[in-house]
Amino acid sequence: MATSSSGSATKAISLFLKDIKSEFRTRYAINAIAMFAVVTVFAISFAIKGTGLSTELQASLLWIVIYFSSLSGLAQSFVKEEESKTAMALRLYAPAEVIFAGKLLFNLVLLFGLNLITIPLFAIFISFEVASYPLFFAILLIGSTGLAVVTTFVAAIISKASVKGALFAVLSFPLILPLLVEAISGTKKAMTDGIAFGAARMEIQVLLSYLVIMVVLSFLLFEAVWND
Amino acid sequence: MTIDGLAKEFPGRPVFSDISAVVEEGRRLVITGPNGSGKSTLVRILCAFNRPTRGSVGFEIDEKKLTHLEIRPHIGLVSPDMVLYDELTAIENLSFFAEVAGHRFEIPELERRLENIGLAGRGRDFVGSYSSGMKQRLKYCLALLREPEILILDEPTANLDERGKGLVDDIIRSHHGIVVIATNEKAELFYGDQFIRLGD
Repeated sequence: MATSSSGSATKAISLFLKDIKSEFRTRYAINAIAMFAVVTVFAISFAIKGTGLSTELQASLLWIVIYFSSLSGLAQSFVKEEESKTAMALRLYAPAEVIFAGKLLFNLVLLFGLNLITIPLFAIFISFEVASYPLFFAILLIGSTGLAVVTTFVAAIISKASVKGALFAVLSFPLILPLLVEAISGTKKAMTDGIAFGAARMEIQVLLSYLVIMVVLSFLLFEAVWND
Repeated sequence: MTIDGLAKEFPGRPVFSDISAVVEEGRRLVITGPNGSGKSTLVRILCAFNRPTRGSVGFEIDEKKLTHLEIRPHIGLVSPDMVLYDELTAIENLSFFAEVAGHRFEIPELERRLENIGLAGRGRDFVGSYSSGMKQRLKYCLALLREPEILILDEPTANLDERGKGLVDDIIRSHHGIVVIATNEKAELFYGDQFIRLGD
């Protein structure tokens, strides 16, 4: 017989595990993200032909690749539910906050997986060198989390639209621009020799503030977006 | 369940208007009408998936009034618009939806329920490999999983063979709460205690 269980966290983890299982069986998002990351890094590598790039350019290229790779895959979490008509059952059985938390968790894992592919490729093919690893990973962690929050929320908005791809880029870019600017600036500092962790305090503060605002807004607004 | 002056319009096209009904526990409401008359739209409004243009739907369970979102945990839905995950097995589908709804079922219990619905021994097959009739049976299994007070059936016997139709007959007749049936099948009109005829 049924036993009543679980708070929202347990339910969100159930949704996350379902998405992981579905993803490994269908390869819906992983392939898109991985291919985009690999192709863009190789394209950049061939274009620069061993020419040394400035730290500004390397940091910008890294975040551009992460941003566009995430656009190609992270929207799938909601788009797939709508296109395969499973969203209706999900709406009926799962509370809105559980759905957002579960999808966010899944997108975070995808995005960190993307980082695991992109950064070694950058190090090998673009001669990307980090001077301060603690700073670099702090920026990467906060920046990627912010990116996942915004793309997850925007993915829910565009999932019912007919021109999803274009709309996703148009809606997400203005929201993500402040994050990209600070993440690029922080990454550039992490690549500069002799820079202390505290030198990027401003970037970290802005990224953290951005993350908190986006998490709060997303959880507050998601129910209206998902149910209307 | 109280439906009060319900109307739905899509841009430039009224679907239905001035629908009212009060349905008590133990009663069966049949929604009927030609294709495109708004049966499925009305079902979606009852489940709080769509908002009406005018009017309201209210629910009261154990003398407590529920908002349109609060009613969802009390609804079991079978509809052609509701699809389960093809890439999961039947048991994985049932476990997942039970868990996100806050329930936990042991696998033998789920297997027993699948057996009751005519899917014995198929619980570990991917739903993508099911026939349309088997998928319809699985939707019944899911709809009944949390013993809902309101059972909403849109085209209840679609894709089912005679044995499947017999199962649906048992389910409808043995349900103690409200049953809402949206159908065009003459044989299913006989279930109704109350009727809403759309497209008249």
